[in-house]
Amino acid sequence: MSYISSEKLAEDAKQAWEELTKRTEPLKPKDRMAIPAQEMPSQDPAIRRTNMKEVALGYTPEQAKLEAERCLQCKTAPCIAGCPVGIDIPGFIQAIADDNNQKAIDILKESSLLPAVCGRVCPQETQCQAPCTVGKVLKSVDKAVSIGRLERYVADWERENGLIETPAIKPETGKKVGIIGTGPAGLTVAADLRREGHHVVLFEAFHKPGGVMIYGIPEFRLPKAIVQKEIDVLTKMGCELKPNFVIGRTRKIQSLLDEDGFDALFIGTGAGLPRFMNIEGENLVGVYSANEYLTRANLMRAYEKDHADTPISDSKKVAVFGGGNVAMDAARTAVRLGAKEVHLIYRRTEVEMPARVEEVGHAKEEGVIFHLLENPKRILSDEQGWVRGIECLRYELGEPDDSGRRRPMAIEGSEFEIDLDTVIVAIGNDSNPLIRQTTPGLETNKWGNIVADENGKTSVERIYAGGDIVLGAATVILAMGEGRKAAAAMNEMLANS
Amino acid sequence: MSQILEKRQLSETVFLMRLDAPLIARERKAGQFIILQLCEDYGERIPLTVADADPEAGSITIIFQAVGKTTQQMALMNVGDEIAALVGPLGSPTHIENFGTVVCIGGGIGIAPLHPIAQAMKAAGNKVIIIMGARNKELIILEDEMRAIADELIICTDDGSYGRKCLVTEPLKELCEQSPKPDLAVAIGPPIMMKFCAETTRPYKVPTQVSLNTIMVDGTGMCGGCRVTVGDETKFVCVDGPEFDGHLVDFDNMMNRLNFFKKQEDHACKIGLHGGSKK
Repeated sequence: MSYISSEKLAEDAKQAWEELTKRTEPLKPKDRMAIPAQEMPSQDPAIRRTNMKEVALGYTPEQAKLEAERCLQCKTAPCIAGCPVGIDIPGFIQAIADDNNQKAIDILKESSLLPAVCGRVCPQETQCQAPCTVGKVLKSVDKAVSIGRLERYVADWERENGLIETPAIKPETGKKVGIIGTGPAGLTVAADLRREGHHVVLFEAFHKPGGVMIYGIPEFRLPKAIVQKEIDVLTKMGCELKPNFVIGRTRKIQSLLDEDGFDALFIGTGAGLPRFMNIEGENLVGVYSANEYLTRANLMRAYEKDHADTPISDSKKVAVFGGGNVAMDAARTAVRLGAKEVHLIYRRTEVEMPARVEEVGHAKEEGVIFHLLENPKRILSDEQGWVRGIECLRYELGEPDDSGRRRPMAIEGSEFEIDLDTVIVAIGNDSNPLIRQTTPGLETNKWGNIVADENGKTSVERIYAGGDIVLGAATVILAMGEGRKAAAAMNEMLANS
Repeated sequence: MSQILEKRQLSETVFLMRLDAPLIARERKAGQFIILQLCEDYGERIPLTVADADPEAGSITIIFQAVGKTTQQMALMNVGDEIAALVGPLGSPTHIENFGTVVCIGGGIGIAPLHPIAQAMKAAGNKVIIIMGARNKELIILEDEMRAIADELIICTDDGSYGRKCLVTEPLKELCEQSPKPDLAVAIGPPIMMKFCAETTRPYKVPTQVSLNTIMVDGTGMCGGCRVTVGDETKFVCVDGPEFDGHLVDFDNMMNRLNFFKKQEDHACKIGLHGGSKK
């Protein structure tokens, strides 16, 4: 994938659109599939390596309409089945093609509270775009209709034109609901419950709401102003926000229910306990969890070195362990903070990487060095207890394991070293134990995730849960989908109590 | 937002502040800490132990030494000013029970977090012996408060300007040699002091608790920046601690990790002092 400037993409789209509009007879499926797939315009890699601004710039109106015309409007709509929240995808795409963006956003918002976020961070190539007929016929998921980019286009159109409306609220019910955690799950539940007229209080441990969308996902992938806009809608709806409030410490769950008059609670505290590899040298100075590195950089704004009080290392040679979105975010943040070399180390191959294809592509364009089928064996220390490098092993793929992916196996005697000053461990998160430890009777599984039924109901009356705290580390859209189901069940429970 | 209700200077660089924090005052137990921040956009989050709390008045007391960017800025704040963000109480409370004889060792600013623990140990029926140490007389804080709790109070200074001229480990060793020896030691102070307190009690098999103050960001288990090696395990000070078995803590690694951002912090402190507030 070579870089094409946004000007060139815009110009090409303009011409293609003009030609398409000259046609008089209706488009046949063959014609639609002949329309060139629209690339996402992005900042030049050489320039964006040095700034935190958003990389993907969004479609032009012509690009959006061209891409929308590529959709075959399949009767079976396999894309809808691929969407965790079941958005009417052909419906909103048809509205774009018809030049009716308002209708498009209305359709999106029937199912998704956060289209501007999901359009940016969803792994579309494994969800809605995976079964897309266009992609199947053209024999590449990269050629599927870019549903995510269209979703983003419509959401941005609404926001940039100041058209976001505060949803109507039903008459006050006098019922009070607490939402614990203000990530994607919590925000979704808050909106759905408030719409029904319940009083909603959102509790956030950090000083700013938004959860992983604020502390974790970097500005260059998801601008914080977009997340803030979504939160502003909730406060305009009358949701109450309590930051700097750690449930389990500042107040326990049981006290909220028994003493503070909450009729129901939703726990959406996410997967916030970083996993380490348990290899030698992991506590050396210079080793971060990705959570720490990204929180310093994003939430605490360490990238604005002249303003932020929160420090971050002046790293020159960095290794990131892992192959997910968080690993890509950490590696690309390190690039922007001035590292000369950033190595991404993953023990399988690119095919197995859980990261979004677009993020992998962006990371490569920005000069991140990919080490595939390699894995760290230990982290090496200098005399002062600081990181000086890592020892790695080469791997090969063996038989498929339980996850269906081929099991990576170390090649004996293949050790080699890489010189480094910083290591970032991005191999996943477990659930935070705080609520589990302070809430007797709340059932959890062997991984520490809260056990909830398909409606988010936990083992304790009036307590619901959803998102990563139930699923284990997953995605924004899944958290949102879980939130919607839990909110529906909570609304029903509250109506009948 | 939390208002400063009272401010007192305890020594040249040590300050006491009482803050309006009714929720924290209600829930807080001995051994727990708070995290505060002076500016929500650019401020750093720093952990400080709750030295005391008054649930009726809805206030907590913190004691800090003006050593870093934020604490130096705080030293310049006054009654009526607001702390932008305050969260807590964090960490696991100290395990309090009647052990018998408890020796509490506080070094320098570590005397502040030791105070509520000594108080709670006394209230649980223990005989409480307190050893307080500092470089000089000027740096000995909370003497009256500690004297009110202690069955026996020993003060040591490095320069001999007050009490005995020795390190806290000297009277600690004497107590361990006595019969009966103490049932528990609780040491809070600079890492090097806690390390040597643990080394002092080790041969006598006196269980020794230490309270660690490591680098933190969120304070709820999310970042792992506070991790320490305890025995064969990695523990998070913010959720597994802050108190650990002093005989198992890898103090050398912990002291290294405290220097993680020394270069950047030295820089920030200089800007903070001479370039004015960045708020």
